[in-house]
Amino acid sequence: MSRAPTFTPALAVRTVAAWLVTLILFFPLGWLVLTAFKTELQAISVPPLLFFEPTLENFREVQERSDYLLYARNSFVTSVASTLLGLALAAPAAYSMAFFKGPHTKDVLMWMLSTKMMPAVGALMPIYVLAQKSALLDTQLGLVIVFTLSNLPIMVWMLYSGYKDIPPEILEAARMDGATLWQEFRQVLLPLSLGGLASTGLLCLVLSWNEAFWSLTLSAAKAGTLAALIASYSSPEGLFWAKLSAASLMAIAPIVVFGWFSQKQLVQGLTFGAVK
Amino acid sequence: MAYLQLQGIEKFFGEHRAIKGIDLTIEQGEFVVFVGPSGCGKSTLLRLIAGLERIDGGKLLLDGRDITHLPSSQRDLAMVFQSYALYPHMSVYENMSFALKLAGVDPKVIREKVERAAKILNLTSYLERTPKALSGGQRQRVAIGRAIVRAPKVFLFDEPLSNLDAALRGQTRVEIAKLHRDLGATTIYVTHDQVEAMTLADRIVVLRDGVIEQVGSPLELYDKPANQFVAQFIGSPQMNVIEGKHVPGVPGVPAGGFLGLRPEDVTLQPAAQATGGLPGTVELVESLGAETLIYVTTDSGAQLVSRQATRSSLHNGDRVGIVIEAANAHRFDAQGRAARAV
Repeated sequence: MSRAPTFTPALAVRTVAAWLVTLILFFPLGWLVLTAFKTELQAISVPPLLFFEPTLENFREVQERSDYLLYARNSFVTSVASTLLGLALAAPAAYSMAFFKGPHTKDVLMWMLSTKMMPAVGALMPIYVLAQKSALLDTQLGLVIVFTLSNLPIMVWMLYSGYKDIPPEILEAARMDGATLWQEFRQVLLPLSLGGLASTGLLCLVLSWNEAFWSLTLSAAKAGTLAALIASYSSPEGLFWAKLSAASLMAIAPIVVFGWFSQKQLVQGLTFGAVK
Repeated sequence: MAYLQLQGIEKFFGEHRAIKGIDLTIEQGEFVVFVGPSGCGKSTLLRLIAGLERIDGGKLLLDGRDITHLPSSQRDLAMVFQSYALYPHMSVYENMSFALKLAGVDPKVIREKVERAAKILNLTSYLERTPKALSGGQRQRVAIGRAIVRAPKVFLFDEPLSNLDAALRGQTRVEIAKLHRDLGATTIYVTHDQVEAMTLADRIVVLRDGVIEQVGSPLELYDKPANQFVAQFIGSPQMNVIEGKHVPGVPGVPAGGFLGLRPEDVTLQPAAQATGGLPGTVELVESLGAETLIYVTTDSGAQLVSRQATRSSLHNGDRVGIVIEAANAHRFDAQGRAARAV
């Protein structure tokens, strides 16, 4: 038996508040989309224009001036590779912590999380020098390594909390049935944790795609990702709002579309382990 | 020759010595039950045999081979877990065939073996279902089926019936006993339920605090308990144990020692007809139909339970004479060890 919620003042307040928050969150993105289709003049007009004749001029110019496809390919390669590498490292780590708990497992987990609390810039110097000495500056490999390491704590945590929901006896049963470690992982644990693995992967794909700090500091023209492309439209040229917006829109469009289609998985992954 | 041999098996959890040097020999085809109160180490001992926990001291031999440090997967043992631990993403058929598939057995042979086991366990019409679609009793049977298709060297059962309701538990207990009779497989069964232990076991191993208190056949343990703990653990309702001073008339109780009486060895007579015996008062009468349990307190303050096969006309508060069969009484010294009657 379902019934519509009765109208109360409290509900009205909540509804209005929810819409307000949504609008505030959406406004910058919406404005960015509008600006991308304006001319530079329209973009800086006061008062701001809400209605205008849209133009694709900015997109043409961005593609002409910088190789969008190169940056997009870099973004794609680095985020996919770092996600796969991250999963390959995080899954066994989370497995051992969830199923072979030692007296210091909790400490290790906390320590891993604490590295995410340090501002990235704190590690800038050592990482830059390391990258330089090992000739990884402005290479896809360098970015993949850094992206992987920076996402690893989150991946381990997410997989760990997912694995914890799996009764350990099921894995023990597999061992009693004669399964080797790999068979146990591949034929029992993997099918049972596929959902968690997928959402962890999705989240890290998004995080790597959006990673700007390391991409800006460790890459330039060769391995630069879309974050670097956007940045290149701000400082050296002065502020060309329309072109900057067009570049940004092109940079975020793939991951927004991707996120739209996988949002159910993403939300499930973030709350996974929280509800039993 | 001994089939499964435990020699000085030890297990530590941190500083805590959970299993304190267990020596035990199990023969081929035997049904051995580990029983004891919770925390006594019975499940830990089973997991050590299974290889799911590391053995910290001693040796474990199976069929002449040292398996102390072999991984579970290479021990050729099968285990039925309390929670069944079925693979939720596999059908009943896949659950039962998993071990054989891993062992690389010919699919035709697998099908044959699984179907035979399914028939024995009444699972034939459920083979394509997933565990989620089964009742508790059916899941339990799948767990047993998963173990028997493999024909392992030893079956290990870890409190397999404790998640079932009382009626189903009784029924499954009978099925397990039949199964053991038909297959003749060596079995180690862990339970805290002494009725399961008494009905299933060839031999019972009573454990407490990581040590063996006594090993013997069910009736040996019932009739000749080695100490007060075993005496009170085996039998329901448990054996009456009262201080010797309450029963001055019974010979052979060591100084400061105790007298143990099975409830069926305590006879009550209405006070009017009492010829000797300890005077006491009825506290409670439990009529169970087939038998009657009567709780009495002696005038000296000791409490006793009497079990009678007949229906009783006694009521709460009635005065009675308590007659003790000295020949059937157990005697324990001050430390609780069994003392021989003089």
